[in-house]
Amino acid sequence: MNVTLIGYGSGNVASVRFALERLGARVRITDDPADVAEAERIILPGVGAAGYAMQRLKALGLIEPLRRFPRPLLGVCLGQQLLFETSAEDEDAENGGADLLGLIPGRVEAILPAPSRPSPHMGWSRLSIRRDNPLLDGVQSGDWAYFVHGFVCPDGPATLAAADYGIAVPAVVNSANRWGCQFHPERSAAAGARILKNFLELPA
Amino acid sequence: MTARRIIPCLDVKDGRVVKGVRFEGHVDMGDAAELAARYRDQGADELVFYDITASPEGRTLDYGWVQDIARLLDIPFCVAGGIRTVEQAARCLDHGADKVSINSPALERPEMIREMAARLGRQCVVVGVDSAFQDGEWRVHQYTGDPNARRGAGRLTMDWIVEAQGLGAGEIVLNCIDQDGVRKGYDVGQLAEARQRLTIPLVASGGAGAVEHFREVFVQADVSGALAASVFHSGAIAVPDLKRYLDQQCVEVRI
Repeated sequence: MNVTLIGYGSGNVASVRFALERLGARVRITDDPADVAEAERIILPGVGAAGYAMQRLKALGLIEPLRRFPRPLLGVCLGQQLLFETSAEDEDAENGGADLLGLIPGRVEAILPAPSRPSPHMGWSRLSIRRDNPLLDGVQSGDWAYFVHGFVCPDGPATLAAADYGIAVPAVVNSANRWGCQFHPERSAAAGARILKNFLELPA
Repeated sequence: MTARRIIPCLDVKDGRVVKGVRFEGHVDMGDAAELAARYRDQGADELVFYDITASPEGRTLDYGWVQDIARLLDIPFCVAGGIRTVEQAARCLDHGADKVSINSPALERPEMIREMAARLGRQCVVVGVDSAFQDGEWRVHQYTGDPNARRGAGRLTMDWIVEAQGLGAGEIVLNCIDQDGVRKGYDVGQLAEARQRLTIPLVASGGAGAVEHFREVFVQADVSGALAASVFHSGAIAVPDLKRYLDQQCVEVRI
């Protein structure tokens, strides 16, 4: 099992790599557009700010290769958010927020705190599966996953599984050959490992 | 919603887990990686590794063990101790840590919280606060890892946590040092007060001695997580037993 991990200076590359290695995968970490074009399957990790991540991808010439990538692509955490069109993150008076990869329609919004609902959403929440998908084989509604995020993807037809955080949090999304996990599968014990294993086994 | 997190904290000194009463007089509790794996298997929700000697001695943590831990764990972990620059914090994440916690360096230069949040995202930035009741107020203390270096930080706890949140902290760990290591229960009053002032997650630390203390702090102070060290390391409380108890008490935990 070969998987290419995009290492672009935005976060959790090492922990994702270790999780994949625990599953016996051969992991290549790269920031080279040529490697991306010929990869068997790609994981786009990421923690941190959307604007910074997009700047990095742009500087490395990775935006178009990722958009055009025809085989399985999995965005993790911020990587899931980057699949969408725009993000309210880094928004201010002069600037309407960050432009993302635009592979799934919709805008990523901030999680507003409420009583007994701190933001960021940080901790273990239960998954509720909306529709079957090979990525979710062996994963049940009620399984726990570890989330750490202050922004949330739009809930729509791409949502495969959601978590309840007072708002519906799209936890796993899919559109064509692109998948996303808002939570950290590499830090979500058994359910997370199963999802990574399923991704490695998707037909490339 | 999220399950209430049970967070064993491993105070690390020279690669070994140690624990002492009120941070003084450390006792060797075992190898860090061994204990980490044990807690993972028992169902701990998160681990914190605190290099208690790093900050007073002015050195930063050794990233090698961060990587060893990251390789081993499939639950999140946070590292703390001597992180003084955004670059060092980024390197911890690059080595597989999920969050970094800063304490004394944030007090010396609060702007560091903002810089870390801008670069790494606020969800990775934990601000640890050591607080003690003194002259009628909860006050922040500094360098509590070393009895000789320990001193008041000249700030009120409630003001500082709100300032830290405003600068970009993603979570506050409030360590109530009057309670630390004495197992008489968390400082529920102080934590409830802190919870009301914050919109980010709050983690309780200091004072756990019995399973009832965990229920109390979750129910009465509404904290997101409860951190403890000696009660877990000594075997006085086993994580699976604690979670079963909390579940029976209708506190939502991951089982």
